[in-house]
Amino acid sequence: MMIGIEALTFAYPNQPPVFQDFSWQVAAGEAWAVIGPSGCGKSTLLYLIAGLRQPRAGRLSVSGQPVPRPRASTGLILQDYGLLPWATVWENVALVMRLGRLYRAKSGPPDGSRPYPRADIGADQVDRWLLRLGIADLRDKFPNQISGGQRQRTAIARSLLQQPNLLLMDEPFSSLDALSREDLQRLTIELQRETGVTTLVVTHNIEEAVYMGRRILVLGRAPNTHAWVIDNPGAGAPAYRGRPAYWDKCAELRAALEAGAEAAAAETARVAAAAPAAAATEASGGAS
Amino acid sequence: MRRRDLALAFVGLLVAWQLVAWLAKVNVLPGPWPVALALLHALPRGLGLHFLVSGWRVVASVVLAMVTAVPAGLALGQSRLFGRLFSPVVYILYPIPKIVFLPVILLLLGIGNVSKVFMIYLVLFFQILVVVRDAASNLRPELLYSVRSLGAGRRALFRFVYLPATVPAALTALRVSVGTAIAVLFFAESFATTSGLGYYIMVESWGRLAYPEMYAGVVAMSLLGLLLYFIIDGLERRLAPWMFAREA
Repeated sequence: MMIGIEALTFAYPNQPPVFQDFSWQVAAGEAWAVIGPSGCGKSTLLYLIAGLRQPRAGRLSVSGQPVPRPRASTGLILQDYGLLPWATVWENVALVMRLGRLYRAKSGPPDGSRPYPRADIGADQVDRWLLRLGIADLRDKFPNQISGGQRQRTAIARSLLQQPNLLLMDEPFSSLDALSREDLQRLTIELQRETGVTTLVVTHNIEEAVYMGRRILVLGRAPNTHAWVIDNPGAGAPAYRGRPAYWDKCAELRAALEAGAEAAAAETARVAAAAPAAAATEASGGAS
Repeated sequence: MRRRDLALAFVGLLVAWQLVAWLAKVNVLPGPWPVALALLHALPRGLGLHFLVSGWRVVASVVLAMVTAVPAGLALGQSRLFGRLFSPVVYILYPIPKIVFLPVILLLLGIGNVSKVFMIYLVLFFQILVVVRDAASNLRPELLYSVRSLGAGRRALFRFVYLPATVPAALTALRVSVGTAIAVLFFAESFATTSGLGYYIMVESWGRLAYPEMYAGVVAMSLLGLLLYFIIDGLERRLAPWMFAREA
């Protein structure tokens, strides 16, 4: 089990809970998409798994360990602003190498759950990842000199350099133009297959979720009490986007999101009517 | 900015100065030529030494301000606890014109170098502190999340994020306040002292109505400011090259 979430409750200070008694499991090597309306807690879920937020109640474990702080074997890629503006492409990727050297004394075994980055990364590996991501020519450019797609390639190279076993992506391609977005979606799928890294892509885009997630977690309006999962075994094939099955799945996901919104509205009305707590209206779907 | 444009601007200013001198026709306003002669004449006869003394005082204060205000600003901007404890103090002290403490400083630290260096230091310290603090606390959370997710702890964040992020801020603060620093220096040197450009201008020249010499002192003080400005510019290009990188 890569990610285990049991009866998790989380709320921001002075706000109603985003997750309440929420359980969800992710097996190693899976490719997930997480989708839901704005403010549903998609990013919060990612930050919880990344160790950047702590659950208020319940258990959350990654590789069987709780995550009181970010661990180096989890890669995190955000929509933007993740790169050091004062460092070149090469330096941004090599940051992982320099961190590893800074924490050399604390560096644990190279595999498994590592709080600190690997100490055994060399400059040749930095070059190799730049080459693999097609950004070797940009090595001396600063982030403000390259395109959004190239910046995300840099961020991906940096994350993969530390050989993570879990890759978390928060709306990674939503600020890119359509072609760069499709390009990077394809590349991410390729890299996922090459490295076997467990991936979680948070998105608000139905097509992206269906293209990238072999399993899709649908979140509704907060509080989320139930993991609603749609299986999507066709995802991960580069040609999937053109097939009828792909469009069918998009339609299914759209219906699920709409049903979720309706269920949430009904739930809100029901709570407002001060009815006793009971199981919320549930639509179809294989909850894990 | 190109060198040629700078040279043109320089010549233009000289011409304007000459025109004003011709039109005014008073001995309080000599043209650039007699002032240049006076400058060349005075430099080896004391003015050069005054220039060095003043330069030393400013540079010492700047260095002192940088090595104390940058870490203090980083601490305030990075740690919520420090910020909460000291930000109100800084908020109250920042707008106080530090120059009003000059009499007290002269009484406590004497009329030598120490009082002048401390006076300028006091002015610079708060300017740099506030700018560095804001630069450190305004870092995008996404950047901090990303670097923390690579396994960076407090030490690494400090080394790879906070410190480089505040370099341009500190240099900008310095660039803005170097003019103020020299103004404060001029004021501090203009009485109760026996050296420095302020002394040269106010006591040695103005005091005996030697106007070309006085202007030689003014030019020397301007050159000091310009020189510091150039140095800060060079440092910025060297330490913060990404600020000058052309956008894609």
